[in-house]
Amino acid sequence: MNNIIETENLTKEFDGLVAVNHVTLNLREGEIFGFLGPNGAGKTTAVKMLCTILNPTSGAARVCGYDIMGQKDDVRECIGIVFQDRAIDTFLTGRENLDFHARMYHLDRKTRQERVTEVLDLMDLKGKENMRISECSGGTQRRFEVARGFLNHPKVLFLDEPTLGLDVQARRNLWDYIKMLNEKEGITIILTTHYMEEADYLCHRVAIIDQGCIVAMDTSEKLKLAVGLNLISLQIARDSTISPVDSLKQLRWIKKIEARDSSVELSIDGGEERIPELIDFADNRGLVISSIKLYKPSLEDTFLHYTGKTIREEEGSLKELWKAWMRRSGGKR
Amino acid sequence: MRAIEMRRLIDPLPIYTMWLREMKRFLRVKARVVGSLLMPLFFLAFLGLPMSFMPAREIPGLGGTGYLDFLAPGIVGMTLLFAGTMSGASVIWDKEFGFLKEVLVAPVNRFSVILGRSLGGMTTAIIQALVIVGIAVAMGVTLSSVPGFLLAILVMVLTCATFTGFGLIIATRLGNLEGFMAIMNLIVFPIFFLSGALFPIQSMPPWLRYIMYIDPLTYGVDGLRGTLIGVSAFPLWLDFTVLIILSLALATLGSYFFSRMEAD
Repeated sequence: MNNIIETENLTKEFDGLVAVNHVTLNLREGEIFGFLGPNGAGKTTAVKMLCTILNPTSGAARVCGYDIMGQKDDVRECIGIVFQDRAIDTFLTGRENLDFHARMYHLDRKTRQERVTEVLDLMDLKGKENMRISECSGGTQRRFEVARGFLNHPKVLFLDEPTLGLDVQARRNLWDYIKMLNEKEGITIILTTHYMEEADYLCHRVAIIDQGCIVAMDTSEKLKLAVGLNLISLQIARDSTISPVDSLKQLRWIKKIEARDSSVELSIDGGEERIPELIDFADNRGLVISSIKLYKPSLEDTFLHYTGKTIREEEGSLKELWKAWMRRSGGKR
Repeated sequence: MRAIEMRRLIDPLPIYTMWLREMKRFLRVKARVVGSLLMPLFFLAFLGLPMSFMPAREIPGLGGTGYLDFLAPGIVGMTLLFAGTMSGASVIWDKEFGFLKEVLVAPVNRFSVILGRSLGGMTTAIIQALVIVGIAVAMGVTLSSVPGFLLAILVMVLTCATFTGFGLIIATRLGNLEGFMAIMNLIVFPIFFLSGALFPIQSMPPWLRYIMYIDPLTYGVDGLRGTLIGVSAFPLWLDFTVLIILSLALATLGSYFFSRMEAD
């Protein structure tokens, strides 16, 4: 697979505070890649630099083969972005917003109409396109923004905290649209999030970012494995003739065995694929398993492991509250 | 940065798009259209009319016109001042509500962005100014001539460009919404009161006159008065020269600051 984004020691400082600290990354074409980190970790700053809105203090990056400093417009032509804060004109309708975006990307009238119809279809927004954005629900607004991000058929779509502030159902819903865009259109998606389950559900690879540094990067499966082993809890039927502990010791991928009453807990090297092996093994030895359960460490555990802290929800400052209030009242200017 | 500047400085489709957005936003909020006309209307009805009942010779310096005729161009100037400044400064709203980022990440030269946006704001400001001229005429103000009226539109464009640039400079320098209204009122109202919109500059003592000379709106109001009513304190060429220089300088500086503005 080709690298669609390459960064080398990408760094951004704000008044001496290092927001992004020598980040070197290679992102592959077609993957969903997630930056996972607490607020203020530098996720958004990193994405902004890749989107050419912020200039890095030092280091370099190429997006779709174009330099983010020297070839800004080329980068801009081939990316789409959904910002963390709402960035859609609430006075205009969804269609007008899409149309506006299409014109800003120099699409001609015919292409404009085709693409707008296409993205409305894709994101199930038909019938809502003539509503004013201020009258749409938060989830629908967000879907319009994702639709808009896809309008210029970008090679890379950046999603900065795409589901922040959405309710559970709207969040699930949006995840499926994001997945669909990736699978159906083959578009590379870079997202930032501080929701574990979001990174876990969506991303092929995850980078855990803390205080501007990438502390770990891999598939979420492997990240979790790095923290600790998976656990298997076995219930052994009473009529088994032999001691389960002694016989299970023969399996080399079992690292630790703890027996309690009728159950046995095993720390194992590996995942689901061990379950059939275990059942085969038990069958051959005359052990009768009545139930079997696999526990995996969560991404939350992983995060704790690498950063020494849990991810906290953002506390609303006065300014945020004021902004939120202004938004609700329709974003008057 | 160089790559962007090399790209088309004047990019017609995005300019038109930005213009269209301003127009749509303006027309969509009926309350704002009405609201923006109320204050000038009040000035004309509750200041201009009562004052015009006083004998003209008791207010020296009116140049032989009634007070309402004298006031009307001043109120047109006020409309341009408020609408122009707001149009420039409303970049701060776009920034606060995130829409600016959407615009800045598009592959479009920032000069085109701000040009389209400002042209949209200026169009709405001039529409408002023309409505005020219409109201004034309905109240009994007589316009001097048709060429004068056409020249007046040129003065409106220049005045509006001056204050759009001025609003842009404030917005981009201030950078956020806090204290914005206070600063606007602190600067905009003195500009209005000291422009000679309400009283004739010639009748003022020298110290006040010199303050009024440095007020950009003085030349806008005087130019409007000269073209609409046919009475002015300065020769028209002076008004035009000052306005052309000011509008070019402020609009250029404003768009320069805008092009360097960070998205958040």
